[in-house]
Amino acid sequence: MTVIVAKELSTALAALREHADARLIQGGTDLMVEINFNHVKPTTMVSLRDVQSLRTIRQDSPGIMSIGSGVPYSVLEGEPVLSAIPALAQASRTVGSPQIRATGSLGGNLGTCSPAGDTLPVMFALDAMIHLSTLDSQRVVSIHDFMTGVKRNVRQHDEIITAIDFPIVQGWQGYSKVGVRNAMVISVASACLVADHKHADVRLALGSVGPTIIRCREAEAWLKSSQDLTAGQSISLDIAHEFGRRAADESSPIDDHRSTAQYRRHAISVLASRMLRKAYQ
Amino acid sequence: MSTNEFYSLRVNGRTHQVQDSWIGESLLYVLRERLGLPGTKGACEQGECGSCTVLMDDAAVCSCLVMAATAIHSEIVTVEGITTETTLTDVQQNFVNEGAVQCGFCTPGLIVAVHHLLEKNPNPTELEVKEAISGNICRCTGYGRVFAAVEATIRSRNSEK
Repeated sequence: MTVIVAKELSTALAALREHADARLIQGGTDLMVEINFNHVKPTTMVSLRDVQSLRTIRQDSPGIMSIGSGVPYSVLEGEPVLSAIPALAQASRTVGSPQIRATGSLGGNLGTCSPAGDTLPVMFALDAMIHLSTLDSQRVVSIHDFMTGVKRNVRQHDEIITAIDFPIVQGWQGYSKVGVRNAMVISVASACLVADHKHADVRLALGSVGPTIIRCREAEAWLKSSQDLTAGQSISLDIAHEFGRRAADESSPIDDHRSTAQYRRHAISVLASRMLRKAYQ
Repeated sequence: MSTNEFYSLRVNGRTHQVQDSWIGESLLYVLRERLGLPGTKGACEQGECGSCTVLMDDAAVCSCLVMAATAIHSEIVTVEGITTETTLTDVQQNFVNEGAVQCGFCTPGLIVAVHHLLEKNPNPTELEVKEAISGNICRCTGYGRVFAAVEATIRSRNSEK
């Protein structure tokens, strides 16, 4: 096995071109578990740990915060993300433990693309854009096109996820997650709700209840047609419950060792209706 | 770097050569089995338990989840390097005094995590203490004794000021 510790993005990109078998490693919190247990035996590893250009948070244009794929969750929990994209800060704080958050990153969540990835529902609710680079090209892909299935995405072998653009939205937003304890938990069901006062709509994305993150387009459209969603409104219990019921209908959970489909559906309806009420308190 | 190639790591302020290792080894394994630093404990090897907590560039991390060969540019501190003195640190002494050590397997990870917390935040709230050690699993003490040791350390550090 060969390990290439890149300091520049171009070094890492060149290594991917050169080695068709190369695996990328950033924090290592997913991949090292597989290596420790001999589930995978990579022959070439390209480490992004020391590529500083992937660790920046930029706000070049007013309505967009661009977050480097290697910024650790421990940074995303605090400012400037906490004020600009509170749901992302909340989701980041629920990842693993402080030790995991010190090295885990959005690039890893996207690279692994588990339906239980905590920050993915936030990206889906905010219509985040994913920047990918090769040695000689760059492209930007909507998160909705990026994730294609359980641990599947459209990243090509010679591409590196460099940054994620998040629109900054005026209105309440939050991330909620159900699991067996507060720390160190893979979500049984999770949801991100974003109230966008400017467009007078509410967006909802669900995690751990389908092969990809699920954006509840029908529940969103129903809510917009039955309720004024500008700032200062309040949401009746009936509307909130119906919204939760419709969100649960759009989920597509399974029974597994972590929970049952029935419980997951129930959890989604509760999370969705609670967050909706909170958003318009 | 390829299999069996030598590389060096900065651990506890010294440069150590790593030899005769498989290059995919975790930092935990390299510390214990290659560098003779067995203070860091391995239990779950999947980042769940925190027994292997070390400081890496001033962040508390699970050494089982760090590929050692990717840490060549980092400063690592293990429980052995948490003090240059030959005596126990105040945190360690308070763990002893408060009975926060039972089987002792989680203790080195907790000691590193608590030192790290108090360095960053000398007066943490109860919630901040709980969150800071939420990645360190102890199956003996029920955490009450651990919290008591942390509180005792905060009290004594504040009274020395």
